[in-house]
Amino acid sequence: MARNRLKNPNDLGLLREDILNKKALDGHSVKVCCGTGCRASGAEKVVSSLMSEAARAGLDLEVRPTGCQGLCEKGPIVIAEADQTFYNKVDAFDAPKIVDLTLKRGEKIDRLLVQDPITGQRANTEEEISFYAKQERVVLKNCGHINPESIEEYIVAGGYQALAKALSQMTPDEVLSEVKAARLRGRGGAGFDAGVKWEGAKRVKSQIKYIICNGDEGDPGAFMDRSLLEGDPHAVIEGMIIGAYAVGDCHNGYIYARGEYPLAVKNLNIAIGQARELGLLGKDILGSGLDFDIEVKKGAGAFICGESTALMFSIEGKRGMPRPTPPRSVEKGLYGKPTVLNNVETLANIGPIILKGADWFKSIGTEGSPGTKIFALTGRVKNTGLIEVPMGITIREIIYDIGGGIIDDKEFKAAQMGGPSGGCIPKEHLDLHIDFDSLGRVGAMMGSGGLVIMDESDCMIEIARYFLSFTQVESCGKCPPCRIGTFEMLEILTSIVEGKGREGDIERLEEIGVRIQQTALCGLGKSAPNPVLSTIRYFRDEYEAHISKDFCPAGACASLGHYRVIEEECLMCNLCVEACAFDAIIEKRGSLYIDEVYCEKCGACIGVCPTSCIVREFVERPALSGSGKGGGAK
Amino acid sequence: MGECGCKQTQDQSEVFDIDSVRILLEGYRGKEEELVHALQDVQHTLGYLPKEAMEMIADVFNLSFSHVYGVASFYAHFYFVPRGKNIIKVCTGTACHVRGAKTILDGLAGELGIEPGQTSSDMEFTLETVSCVGCCALAPVVVVGEEVSKERTPKRLISSIREAEDGKE
Ligand SMILES: Cc1cc2nc3c(=O)[nH]c(=O)nc-3n(C[C@H](O)[C@H](O)[C@H](O)COP(=O)(O)O)c2cc1C
Ligand code: SF4
Ligand code: SF4
Ligand code: SF4
Ligand code: FES
Ligand code: FES
Repeated sequence: MARNRLKNPNDLGLLREDILNKKALDGHSVKVCCGTGCRASGAEKVVSSLMSEAARAGLDLEVRPTGCQGLCEKGPIVIAEADQTFYNKVDAFDAPKIVDLTLKRGEKIDRLLVQDPITGQRANTEEEISFYAKQERVVLKNCGHINPESIEEYIVAGGYQALAKALSQMTPDEVLSEVKAARLRGRGGAGFDAGVKWEGAKRVKSQIKYIICNGDEGDPGAFMDRSLLEGDPHAVIEGMIIGAYAVGDCHNGYIYARGEYPLAVKNLNIAIGQARELGLLGKDILGSGLDFDIEVKKGAGAFICGESTALMFSIEGKRGMPRPTPPRSVEKGLYGKPTVLNNVETLANIGPIILKGADWFKSIGTEGSPGTKIFALTGRVKNTGLIEVPMGITIREIIYDIGGGIIDDKEFKAAQMGGPSGGCIPKEHLDLHIDFDSLGRVGAMMGSGGLVIMDESDCMIEIARYFLSFTQVESCGKCPPCRIGTFEMLEILTSIVEGKGREGDIERLEEIGVRIQQTALCGLGKSAPNPVLSTIRYFRDEYEAHISKDFCPAGACASLGHYRVIEEECLMCNLCVEACAFDAIIEKRGSLYIDEVYCEKCGACIGVCPTSCIVREFVERPALSGSGKGGGAK
Repeated sequence: MGECGCKQTQDQSEVFDIDSVRILLEGYRGKEEELVHALQDVQHTLGYLPKEAMEMIADVFNLSFSHVYGVASFYAHFYFVPRGKNIIKVCTGTACHVRGAKTILDGLAGELGIEPGQTSSDMEFTLETVSCVGCCALAPVVVVGEEVSKERTPKRLISSIREAEDGKE
C-alpha cells in the first residue's frame, strides 16, 4: 500500500484516527506470537492452519503475527482478541478447535490455557498468569501486541507521538534536558548516563555527527535486544531520530545488528522502509527541518564487535579491533566524527520518556537506576523467557514469583548475571534489590541482562570455565594480558573440572584475574575474570573440593565420575544404548553395563533414561581426604 | 545423492560461477565500508569464500588481497573451504550449555565421525557451534540450516535430515 508523506505532526494524528476508524468494522482477530522462540516451536504452521480453518468455517478472521510475548518456552502463544483468551503450546492441529469453540462460541479449551506452576490453576488471560503479575512493561509494551511489520499498528499504539512532540513542542536542548533529568542509564551493560553521553556529543563542534544503535548482543544467553528489534523495531528507530534531533548536526544513523539474527534484520529493514515512506525518516521530518536516515549493518560473527570502538571500525569495513580511549567516541567516533552509541533497549526507552516525562520515568525503579530492565530469564526456573521488571526488584521475586520457582523444586544455588562480563549472586543475596550499583557491590554486573538461574546440580566452576572459554575464544588478541591471561586461566579451570587441579590453583587464578582486570585494553579483557573471581568469592569450598578431593559437590563434572546402570531399576528400554554415540553401553546376560574404556562420560545416557537408573558416582581421592567414598550422584 | 559422493562433489565444489560473483560485485562502489557487506554477499551466493572470489573483491575495492583476507578471517562467519550440504550448528550459549549442549555436540560429533568445525568427507554434513541464537528459553537447541530445532537426540536428528533430503529427491 502506498503511503502519503506526513508533512507535520498534525498529519500523524489524522493518520492515526483514519486507521482507527477503518479498524472499527471488524470480525474476529487473534494474535499469534511469531518471535524466534515460537517459530522454533511451529508458530508459522499455527498461523496458516488458523487461516485455512477460519476460511473453512466461514469466519472472517484476522490473524496478527506479533513479536515475542515473553513466555517463549510455552510457545507457540495464541491470544483471541475478543476476550483476551491466552493459549499456550498451541499446535497446528488445535486450529479447528480454536476456530469452532473459542472464536465462534467463546468457549475456552482448558488444555491450552496456561497452568500456574505453583497452584496448578488454569489462567484465562495474561492478567491471570503469575509470570506477568510482577512485571512492568514499559519498553516491551508493544512487543507481542502489535505486528512488527506494520507501521500502522505501531502508530495506533501511540508510536511516533514522542517524536512529534519532541519536534514540534521542544527544542533540542529541552529534549536533552528531559533525558538527562530522567537519569536514563545505558542498558548495554555499563550503565553510563545516556543524557550525559548525548550532551558530550552535542558539545563537540562538527558538521557531521553519527548515532549508532548497538544491536550486536553477543552475550550468550541474552535475547532482549533481539526480541525488541524483531518485535517492535519502530520503537528503536523513533528513539534514534529523537537522539539525532537532540544532538544536532546528525543526519546518519546505523543499526548494527547481529548476523545470527536474520529476522531482526528483516523486520528492521521493513520498518525503516515504512518510516521513509511516511517521511519519518529522510528529509525534513514532519516539517521540522530535521534530515535523518538510518542504515542497517549486519554483523559477521565477532563478539568483540559489541565493544564501542570495535563496532565503529567494523561499520567502516575494517577488522573490529578495539582502540584505546580517550579520545572517547563522542569526540572521535565513526569516521573520526562525534558519535553517540546506544544500546537497543536504551533507545527504546527514549520515546516513553519524552512522551510521559522524566518525573514519570523516575517514579519507576530506584533512585540511582530509574526505569525498568529487561532480562532473559533462563536456566533452572519453571518459567523461562523474556521479562521486564522495575529496577530494585529482588532476585527472589524474579525467581519465585515470575520464574515460578526452581524446576523440580530443587535448591537454588546462584544467579549468574551479565554473561561473560558478569558474576554470580549466591543464596545469601537473594533479597538484594537489583540495580546498577547494588550489583557492582556484590561482584556481579547488570551486563546486558542475561540471567541464568542455577540450582544445586550446577557446578559453579564449570560455569566459570564455560564463560572463560567463551571470552578466550572471542578475545581479539590485540593485548597480551587478555590474550595470554585468559588462556592461562582457562587451562587452570579446565584442569580443575577434570580432576587434575593442584594446591595453589585458586590463588593463581585470583592473581592472574586481578592482573588482567588492571591491564587489559578493553572491556572484554577487563571483565573476563569476573565470573571466575565471583565464583571463587562465593563458592571457594567447591573449588577446594574439586582440587583436594576429586569431588564435584554438585555432581556435575562428568569427568570426575563413573557411570553405572542400576540393574534392578532398568526397564531395558534401550534408549540409552541409542543415545550413546560411543557404543559404550553393552548388553550382557539380559542386563546392561557401561564399559569404562569406551565411555566418554558425556552424560547423554543419563539424559534419556526414563527411570533415572543411570548414575554417576564419585569417589573422593583417598590419599588426600582419607575418608574413602564421597557423595553419590544426583 | 547416493554413492557417487566423494570425488565428484569435491571437484564440483572447486568450480563456482565466477560470473555470478562479477555481477554481484558490480553493485559495489568500491568504498571500503562496503567490504564486509560484499564478503557477506559473495559468501551468501557461493556458500564460502574461494581465493579467486576474494581476489576479485580486492580488485573491485582497490585493496590488497591480504587486506581482504585479513578482514574476512577476523570474522567468524566467513569460511574459506566449501561446507557440507547440511549445516548443523549446536548452540553452546549459556542457557544451552547449562541444559546439556555439550552432550548433543559430542553425540553429533560421534554420530557423524567429525569434530566441530569439520565437514564430513561425503560433503553431506558440517558440524559447527554457535553461541546463542536467541532461543534460550527452549534450550538446548540446534540450528539446521536456518531453522532452529528442539530435537535432542543426535541419531534422530541426523536421520530426520536424511529423510527430508530423500523426500526432496
Ligand atoms: C566485549 C564487549 C561487548 C559488548 N557487547 C555489547 C552488545 O552486544 N550490545 C551493547 O549494547 N553493548 C555492548 N557492549 C557495551 C558497549 O561497548 C557500549 O558500552 C554500549 O553499547 C553503550 O550503550 P549504552 O550506553 O546505551 O549502554 C559491549 C562491550 C564490550 C567491552
Ligand atoms: S582486552 Fe582482549 S579483546 Fe580487548 S583489545 Fe585486548 S585482546 Fe582485544
Ligand atoms: S556417558 Fe556417554 S559415552 Fe558414557 S555410556 Fe553414557 S552416553 Fe555412552
Ligand atoms: S535408558 Fe534407562 S531404563 Fe532404558 S535401558 Fe537404559 S538404563 Fe535401562
Ligand atoms: S517468541 Fe513467542 S513468546 Fe517469546
Ligand atoms: S543459549 Fe542457546 S539459544 Fe541462547
